[in-house]
Amino acid sequence: MKIRILRIARLVTLAFSVLVAVSSQQAFAQEAGDHQYTSEAVQAGLQVYTQQCALCHGPQGDLVDGINLSLGQFRTVQSDTDLVAVISGGAGEGRMPAFSLRAEELNGIVAYIRAGFDPEGVAVKIGDPVRGKELFEGEGQCADCHRVRGVGPRTAPDLSNIGATRTPASLQRNMLDPATALLPINRPVRLVTRFEETIVGRRLNEDTYTVQVIDSQERLRSLKKVDLVSYEISDEPSKQPTTMSSDEVADVIGYLLTLRGLE
Amino acid sequence: MRLTNRISTIGIALFICIAATNASAQVSYERILHAQDEPENWLTYNGGYKSQRYSQLDQITPQNVSDLKLQWTLQNQVFGAWQSNPIVVDGIMYVTERPNSVMAVDAITGRVFWKYRHVPAENALICCGANNRGVAVLDDKVFMGTLDARLIALDRVTGSALWDVEVGDVDLAYSVTMAPLVVKDKVIVGVGGGEFGIRGYVAAYDAETGEEAWKTYTIPGPGEPNHDSWEGDDWEHGGAPVWITGSFDPELNLTYWGVGNPGPDWNAGQRPGDNLYSDSVIALDSDTGELKWYFQFTPNDAYDYDSVQVPVLADIVWRGTPRKIMMWANRNGYFYVLDRVTGEFLEGKPYVTVNWSSGLDANGRPIPTPQPEGMPTFPGNQGGTNWYPPSFSPRTGLFYFSAWQDYATIYRPEESDYEPGRAFLGGGFSVLAPAPGAPTIGIGRTNPINNWTNEVGFASLKAMDPQTGEEVWSYDQFDVSDSGMLTTASDILFTGGREGYFHAIDARNGDMLWNVNLGGQIVMAPVTFSVDGVQYVSVISGHALSTFALPN
Repeated sequence: MKIRILRIARLVTLAFSVLVAVSSQQAFAQEAGDHQYTSEAVQAGLQVYTQQCALCHGPQGDLVDGINLSLGQFRTVQSDTDLVAVISGGAGEGRMPAFSLRAEELNGIVAYIRAGFDPEGVAVKIGDPVRGKELFEGEGQCADCHRVRGVGPRTAPDLSNIGATRTPASLQRNMLDPATALLPINRPVRLVTRFEETIVGRRLNEDTYTVQVIDSQERLRSLKKVDLVSYEISDEPSKQPTTMSSDEVADVIGYLLTLRGLE
Repeated sequence: MRLTNRISTIGIALFICIAATNASAQVSYERILHAQDEPENWLTYNGGYKSQRYSQLDQITPQNVSDLKLQWTLQNQVFGAWQSNPIVVDGIMYVTERPNSVMAVDAITGRVFWKYRHVPAENALICCGANNRGVAVLDDKVFMGTLDARLIALDRVTGSALWDVEVGDVDLAYSVTMAPLVVKDKVIVGVGGGEFGIRGYVAAYDAETGEEAWKTYTIPGPGEPNHDSWEGDDWEHGGAPVWITGSFDPELNLTYWGVGNPGPDWNAGQRPGDNLYSDSVIALDSDTGELKWYFQFTPNDAYDYDSVQVPVLADIVWRGTPRKIMMWANRNGYFYVLDRVTGEFLEGKPYVTVNWSSGLDANGRPIPTPQPEGMPTFPGNQGGTNWYPPSFSPRTGLFYFSAWQDYATIYRPEESDYEPGRAFLGGGFSVLAPAPGAPTIGIGRTNPINNWTNEVGFASLKAMDPQTGEEVWSYDQFDVSDSGMLTTASDILFTGGREGYFHAIDARNGDMLWNVNLGGQIVMAPVTFSVDGVQYVSVISGHALSTFALPN
């Protein structure tokens, strides 16, 4: 018996999907506009950083103990607002002086740091993690499906360590355009067994003869493909693009970046 | 009950002295020449000079294969992909272990008689894993090439080194990973180092002494034919390694070798010309090393399409005429049938999606269609297939191999300068993925969770008809496969894959007969042999060599 393996909404040829991938990337860039800094800002930031900051922080941003600006490692800072406050107000009981910079210069330095010191890089806005946590658990509806540190449902991926495994750009894409960001292993699946059981869930692993899922009752299930009469894999993630504002998305990214396993 | 008794020791000692003059059966060149007539042994890397990996043994059949029972397991003591191909002679298995150890193993119990360790020089440079793919045997000797480009002969009974000679300069990143090929009284090896700007060659050594008999460069020097397929001094560091065991036709006295990529790998613009004999098959006289003919699969290669596949030979009636043919599923995505007397191109068709070329002309030369910058090239960098040994069954008339389906790479060529002993790659590449930052596939990726999925590529075992150049059936796996093939006279095809399943498939129609999850990637072909009338089949999965047979 041959089982039917369906790829719902993926009836296009591979060549076509490459085109789609390229064009959806462009569409994403437009959509992402408010959520990230412009490349002009990153370029401007490079100049300001070189003149004002590099003397102490170094060209790689790693000369001050405990701080690595290009990797986003700070002592106290989390959000972009925190960064601006430290630059404008000084820090470390006078070890870092207060800089009097114009708004566009400040914007540039933040962009340059958020782009990882890469003038060609993408500088995703990162907001307030405290507000981000509230949004995550409240109107953002993230906690309706995702589990964090032992709280919440298990049907969607557990995000307790997501800040250590994803870049800000990847997190942002997941919220704005989940269909192109969804990793293939996480695709929702629907299986019908020859014992007439229907299993809906999220794929965890698969090989030639078996598939492992977490089902809608949060049970770990391993199925032999010979026992399936149908196996549907969906390209559509179970969530829609977020309706949160760009500032709110930045806040949620700020929160997600604090999730790095056990504290 | 104690079975060992210390009695009549004098009698035993006397017996040993007499036996010594009558050493264990020699593996003569005559025996290797007729390896197919003694299927109880597996005498060469590819099971015989035609490299068909086809065995006359037929005790294990499609009807009883599901009764196979594990007989023994030998655990590797070293981590890393275990790509070694066992040789079996009269109930004794010779298998190598990383980096360069050889073991003589009882083929019935898996117990080890002796182990020889060679520690390669610390500066040995290997691009893609400290692999060794096995030994060759002749008479009372075992031969192994090493990561630091040496060739070592061992006593087959005691495991002691008899000679140890330099094949290449380790400081210039030469290495040997292939199992040697023994022809007549010579041991022949090729060199690796195609990612480090070597100038490749095949060299033959006297089996008794280790003295070099001949050496043929795979890139012609000044004054030699086809030197003008290179510009300036590009030829000096043009790569063209030979890292997979070749084949031999005794009637034509020709050895056949697949030649690897030109260097730097991905920047073809930096080395104008066809770059002969990179990505070619070359036919060399077995006594002198003289080049008799060549056929180039991928001129001026920009994609790392090494042609290091095993040349598979067959004497068949081809489209009505008896012919000596060579079958070749190339890394570049085309399946070829060549005349092995002359190198004439007979047939060639794509077996996976190919977009770097729009087809082959009447002489088999590809019509290039390079993709725009940033766009994917099919097949990807690891190729439509690679070094994994194929099989040809004279019973079914089909050629079997592991292909990577729906797998593509985006290349990024860059100018690069040659520096001795350093990587000479000419840019980089990324694998086409379904989502930004999604995990992808490459050399030897292992993870018990397949989080890259079949969306970045998957294995397709293909059965090809050399009469038409077309696929007759295929058997897909969810992950990709670097596994080789074994066919038997009972029409069973044994193979594996990265998932760790050991599969028995009906060679006639692709039906799955039996499989068992051995839990680790299978990156070499299974072998079969028999001892005392019992057929065994051995396969390496992960860090374990497992041997199966039917219950008594």
